[in-house]
Amino acid sequence: MKTSFTLNGKEVQVETAADATLLWTLRDALKMTGTKYSCGASLCGACTVHLDGMPVRACMTPISMAAGRAVTTIEGLAEEELHPLQQAWIDEQVPQCGYCQPGQIMQAAALLRNNPQPKREEIVSYMNGVLCRCGTYLRIIKAIERASQSR
Amino acid sequence: MEGQQERYKPTISRRQFLTAAGGITFVVAAGAFAPKIFAEESRNVPGEDKQITAWVRLQEDGRIVIYNPAAEMGQGSMTALAVIIAEEMDADWANVHIEFSPIEPSTYGLQWGGKLGGPMITVGSRTVRGYYHALRHAGAQARYVLLHNAAEKWGAPITELTTGPGKVVHKAGGRQMSFGEIAAFAKAPAELPEIPEAQWKKPEDFRLIGSVIPRFDIPAKVDGSALFSMDIEVPGMVYGAISRSPVNGSQPELLNEEDIREMEGVIDIVRLDHGIGAIAETFEQALKAKEKLQVSWSKGAQAEGYDSVKAYALYSKTAHDDAAEGEIVERTGDTRQALKSAHKTYDIEYKTDFAYHAQMEPLNAVVSVAADGKSAEAWVGSQAPDTARRAIAEVLNIDFDAVKLHPCYLGGGFGRRSMADYVEEATILSNQVRRPVKLIWTREDDVQYGAFRPIFLQRMQAATDEKGNITAWGHCIAGTGGGLLDSGARINYYTIPNQLIEVRSVDHGVRTKHWRSVAHAPNKYAIEAFLDEVALDQGIGPYELRRRLMKDHPRELKVLDEAARLANWGSPEKEGRARGMAFCERSGSLAAAVVEISLGRDSGQIRVHHVWAALDAGVVVQPDNAIAQMEGGIVMGISNVLYESITFRNGKVRQSNFHDYPILRMADAPESIEIRLIPSQEAPQGIGEASIPLMGGAIANAFLKLTGKPLRHMPFTAEKVLEVLKG
Ligand code: FES
Ligand code: FES
Repeated sequence: MKTSFTLNGKEVQVETAADATLLWTLRDALKMTGTKYSCGASLCGACTVHLDGMPVRACMTPISMAAGRAVTTIEGLAEEELHPLQQAWIDEQVPQCGYCQPGQIMQAAALLRNNPQPKREEIVSYMNGVLCRCGTYLRIIKAIERASQSR
Repeated sequence: MEGQQERYKPTISRRQFLTAAGGITFVVAAGAFAPKIFAEESRNVPGEDKQITAWVRLQEDGRIVIYNPAAEMGQGSMTALAVIIAEEMDADWANVHIEFSPIEPSTYGLQWGGKLGGPMITVGSRTVRGYYHALRHAGAQARYVLLHNAAEKWGAPITELTTGPGKVVHKAGGRQMSFGEIAAFAKAPAELPEIPEAQWKKPEDFRLIGSVIPRFDIPAKVDGSALFSMDIEVPGMVYGAISRSPVNGSQPELLNEEDIREMEGVIDIVRLDHGIGAIAETFEQALKAKEKLQVSWSKGAQAEGYDSVKAYALYSKTAHDDAAEGEIVERTGDTRQALKSAHKTYDIEYKTDFAYHAQMEPLNAVVSVAADGKSAEAWVGSQAPDTARRAIAEVLNIDFDAVKLHPCYLGGGFGRRSMADYVEEATILSNQVRRPVKLIWTREDDVQYGAFRPIFLQRMQAATDEKGNITAWGHCIAGTGGGLLDSGARINYYTIPNQLIEVRSVDHGVRTKHWRSVAHAPNKYAIEAFLDEVALDQGIGPYELRRRLMKDHPRELKVLDEAARLANWGSPEKEGRARGMAFCERSGSLAAAVVEISLGRDSGQIRVHHVWAALDAGVVVQPDNAIAQMEGGIVMGISNVLYESITFRNGKVRQSNFHDYPILRMADAPESIEIRLIPSQEAPQGIGEASIPLMGGAIANAFLKLTGKPLRHMPFTAEKVLEVLKG
């Protein structure tokens, strides 16, 4: 099956099985490996990408859902050099192993788009679906607060 | 991607390394520095990188490439080790780039005593403390090479030269030269001398060690360019998935091979001792094939019938058999006798369930066996890359040197990735098709074929005199896990005259493995929770009791005092809240924490609001990273203590993914964590596991204070807490 969509601002067309997921299509067919696989069951958020600006779990998103829409991954998040969140992530030295962080940043970017000055409780409830085994949560909160203040 | 490749080149092979290092004759010096590198004449030509020692490569643009011999799994030692070398060679940090070293244990490995030339294995928080001395020396040697070259160029005596950040200075001649300029003509001297420690930098002159330096790996970890083995693609690569024994030790028989072979994209089926592998063009095709496999599993494995919930009864019996004696961990005085004649005795059991690593990147590896089967190349995130390299060689029955291993970032290790089982599997699959295969474990595979932190039952005994002093201590550890059960059981920092600490392990044939801090988390939980129960009964405060026990151990006491001070211990508790404390040593570090909790009386949910912790880890190379490790360990520790439990029934693991093996989410993280690093000039110690073991005891002790009831079985799930409240 052929599917066309916009990936990080560019038109792409990809040939996959009809039941392929967005996650493995992005990672293996389109070489966008910044989006991670971890649970495959919408339980961890490591695979979070934006579909028309909304955060979705790519592991449970059939490729057909992307047809004609805009997909943004961590590789395409920054308009210029770094997205303010990415800069804040560096400033707060958030990542440890780093594996969950693309999903964290994509989730946080969606939050700030809708709510540029979130309160701490809003950050926590919005980010709660994205797991971090290394325990970087408090630095993630700080980084989001920093990025929202810098705007 | 390009920037990433720049910053993070795959390791160079031994052959390339010899070329790069051409021109250098390393004399095998006694002890510390003995790479197997010999070359006849200089091949260093202008414009090429200059390998000035086994650890440092110079580039003419001024860039200094430093090799990192350890796995980078989030603990940050990749940066810390380079900081140590850069400090001694007096490099300008802005010019430093870090690459993985070749997987050459004879040069880059580490013996337990801190000498080079042992295994390349990143475990036990040993990296910074283990390499510290050797890499300061390596840095001093690199500095010597630079001085030597500048001296020759200027025709000045080497003794008149000094270094400043990134340059060699000749004050008498009024001249200086940057390391980059030296790179243009640098040659390694014929002999690389031992540099006596007295000539190393004085700690008071450190510019890098102990200062806040951003981690080298972080930029690539925020833009998606950091390469985990999961992200590796090589030409012609296909995908593998394996259905593994549901009961450890049972063997497969595939019943529908023909049907599977006909499935779309399926390339081959591989029988392994413990499973059936499917190789396909895409990962999703491999997964579909795996799901369709009909496998009959052999009967009679030892693990069959194992029930981890029921097993506690057996462990209890084992621990209470006073006629028996296990492996002795510590015996001072005569605990049995002291218990008989004591004023008062205590005898309490604590339990801890199996725990799963839950590293966010499930196990995976890319292995490419050559068409003739005589060599292989692999991309692996491993805590033990030379074990992995050896494992590949063994599977293929080829030489270690015929395997090229490219280390990748690890999406978490926590002890699981020092085993090479997943690398062996990928090798077997690739060998079957003689193509590069990326083997991916699904999360379900990762849980169900996990190798877990053992199950523990601790029988704690104590005797007290009339004044409430603890005069005897018994700690009998029962469980399954052999040598994985005893770490952290010793309590040398508590003065108790009679101590008997022993391990009684029962083998059930289930897979166990090191888990961040090994047995420290279960053992320190039992020790610290037991102490508070004794303290409560004796009417002594928990802080006071520990202070008494630590009276002969000022360094430990200082850490405890610092945590108490941070938490304002002794001030009244807030409404509905209580604080608890715990102390531990791990990998040479001393740590203490106080937690403040509240409790949902109807839900049974414990909530940790604040954590205050103090750490004495000797010299801290990277203070902000040390704090990050403490924070991360605290969060992972709370997760483990409150939620995490693997159980077996009929020999099968009952959990499969994050819905039934929940790990802590952001909403359940403490509101604040305050860490205090105690300044020290002592040798550096291991930090990555220092805070994990504190959480069980501190939370149980806060709960005891809040409710008057003890928590004696980890994890303290809402269900168990409700039972305790009712009971
Ligand atoms: S991999 Fe998609 S939510 Fe976990
Ligand atoms: S940084 Fe390792 S899982 Fe989040």
